[in-house]
Amino acid sequence: MSADFLYGIEVVINGLMAGVMYALVALGFVLIFKASGIFNYAQGVMALFAALTLVGVMEGQVPFSHLINAVFGTEIHHFGWTVPAFAAILVTLGVMIFFAWAVHTFVFRHLVGQEPIILFMATIGLAYFLEGVGDLMWGSDIKTLAVGLPQGGSLFVEDLTAGLGGDDFYGFFIDKLDMVATLVAIVLVAALIGFAQYTKQGRAMRAVADDHQAALSVGISLNYIWVLVWSLAGLVALVAGVMWGAKSGVQFSLSLIALKALPVLMLGGFTSIPGAIVGGLIIGVGEKLFEYMIGPMIGGATENWFAYVLALIFLVFRPQGLFGEKIIERV
Amino acid sequence: MKFTTFSAAAIAGLMAANTAAAELVIPDLSYRTGPYAAGGIPFSDGYQDYFALLNARDGGIGGEPVRIVECETGYNTEKGVECYEATKGEGALVYQPLSTGITYQLIPKATADGIPIHTLGYGRTSAAEGEVFNWVFNYPGNYWDAASVAVNYLLDENGGDLSGKTIALVYHNSAYGKEPIRTLEELSAKHGFTLSTLAVDHPGQEQKSQWLQIRRERPDYVVMWGWGVMNQVAVQEAANVGFPMENFIGNWWAGAEHDVTPAGAAADGYKSLNMNRIQDYPVLDEIQTMVVDAGLAAGAGDNLGKVLYVRGMYAAMLAAEAIAKAQEIHGVSDITPAMMRDGMEALEITEARMTELGMGGIGPEFSVNCQNHGGSGEGLVQQWNAADGVFVPLTDFIAPDDSVIDPLITEDAMAFAAENNITPGCL
Repeated sequence: MSADFLYGIEVVINGLMAGVMYALVALGFVLIFKASGIFNYAQGVMALFAALTLVGVMEGQVPFSHLINAVFGTEIHHFGWTVPAFAAILVTLGVMIFFAWAVHTFVFRHLVGQEPIILFMATIGLAYFLEGVGDLMWGSDIKTLAVGLPQGGSLFVEDLTAGLGGDDFYGFFIDKLDMVATLVAIVLVAALIGFAQYTKQGRAMRAVADDHQAALSVGISLNYIWVLVWSLAGLVALVAGVMWGAKSGVQFSLSLIALKALPVLMLGGFTSIPGAIVGGLIIGVGEKLFEYMIGPMIGGATENWFAYVLALIFLVFRPQGLFGEKIIERV
Repeated sequence: MKFTTFSAAAIAGLMAANTAAAELVIPDLSYRTGPYAAGGIPFSDGYQDYFALLNARDGGIGGEPVRIVECETGYNTEKGVECYEATKGEGALVYQPLSTGITYQLIPKATADGIPIHTLGYGRTSAAEGEVFNWVFNYPGNYWDAASVAVNYLLDENGGDLSGKTIALVYHNSAYGKEPIRTLEELSAKHGFTLSTLAVDHPGQEQKSQWLQIRRERPDYVVMWGWGVMNQVAVQEAANVGFPMENFIGNWWAGAEHDVTPAGAAADGYKSLNMNRIQDYPVLDEIQTMVVDAGLAAGAGDNLGKVLYVRGMYAAMLAAEAIAKAQEIHGVSDITPAMMRDGMEALEITEARMTELGMGGIGPEFSVNCQNHGGSGEGLVQQWNAADGVFVPLTDFIAPDDSVIDPLITEDAMAFAAENNITPGCL
């Protein structure tokens, strides 16, 4: 096999893994949209906030310390302890569940029955609010996420495949972090599907997603389900924040990862968990292959826009996305 | 009696008004929030803290206190223009936009308003041509200088010969990121190295394609023109694909502590340019005691001595020296923006003066005149020591190749003059 062909395969493999990273972000959007019809613009900021909280808890940082110091003239920044990663993850999950409750109680409960665009606008406000709160709580500096995730290419894979295409082929590069992200995504999706299929709360969640009025009529609490769904979206945001934060450090640019999820959602459909995964994989492979084969001819940096072009091409043939529900409205 | 009281109050009011008018107003277009805050905060802290030191230690400059007017831009061009419009009426002496995008918007506005702009190592490169850009200064160096300094460093590393070598430029796919391409192309033709360019889309969180290409093509060196999250991801990806860090050189906006710390020990050996040497300066001790410990610091005081803090402090020093020069030229302490421009155009920075200010060796010696608003263009190379968590200067200040850069600057400036109906000349 020629080195060029093997490098093409390497691009496909890395595209699949990049797609998993995109899908991790897209999953949070799907969960909330499916259950409540809200397109949650704040999902990227939730990932940022969750990662900030995780690092802050792990490092024993005092939340709102700059504000406290400015108001009271104190000089406190740290509690003086550090928290193990696992315990910090549990604390962060608790914070995200509280956030879910607060969002529902103070925002969306008062907007029941409003037009989708109103709910969407509310999530825009929520995004800016949460970004500001994250800044006040944990500061704007870039934080290193040390939860023990591996970094770098897999030497095992590289050594195993080196020379397959002659001296010009250096072996496949596969990022160990991407491999972990793939495993985590598989577990997460299996857990979400298992939860939705086999638990009472999961079935209630699906009932609400199918028909709010019917779910209400059989005694399902919409308030409870929406808090549950936002909590699950918070969990997904935490996972996405950890994986992306491990690449770049935890910083405010993390909120922009939502941009990578939009074409995935357009392609996979806004209401399907498998759609988010398949959409992510198609976008990941498509944009990487395009950059590899066509990018050098047109100046490169094609990935951002090509992902949207690819999604739009799919939309021409399936407006609801690959796995989305076809909505038929009678006039 | 009533009249006397009224008169006294009126005189006191007038005096107060005069006192207020005598302040030296310096706007600080900062960005402490948003995706670029990690770079904006230390620069702004250093910029403000140096003026706070002058106020606390010397009572200001020439007896006039400095008043900082901070305005948050979020590194957003529209907000930056709003900040300019909101603060220029306060008697602003000079603007430091800290953003190439904002700078491009402010050049025509500030020129029309008669307020000088200082863009320290960023902004429009051809603003170094002072006869076209009368109100814009980009000393001590510009982007094209930086590209040339990087190549000159590599020439030194390779015994003066780069023929047969390959240099890959990884750049932010924006006007800023594309700045060095023309210069590097010229230098490539002159020195015989092969230049390959790899664009990274904003914001730069996903760079797998670019680094897989680098892994395939194995260039001898990678030069990076990045900002924000692009820098951290690039350093991490370089480590991931096993690119030798000592052959990876960022420009001076890709060489702060926060650019390398997320990658941990893997970032050890990463190099970058710098226009301000990092070391222990006596002035930093003074800022610690007279500003930070006195509760006058702009921030929490935790950025003192960091790369971008020192750069902000350096920018403030250059502004303060220009104010002093303007006061000297015009014989008044309460200067106007036009006088400030004169001070900037007559600025002379010597090693003796920097030492006197407690920051000997922080930057290159240079002088400004009507034709040259760009300074010497020198920069140094520093290297990250991950174990100690510091950038260590590797070289002294390296001069750029003016024989390549000056014609490019003249060409671009004259094109701007023709487009905007400007007759080049001194004010």
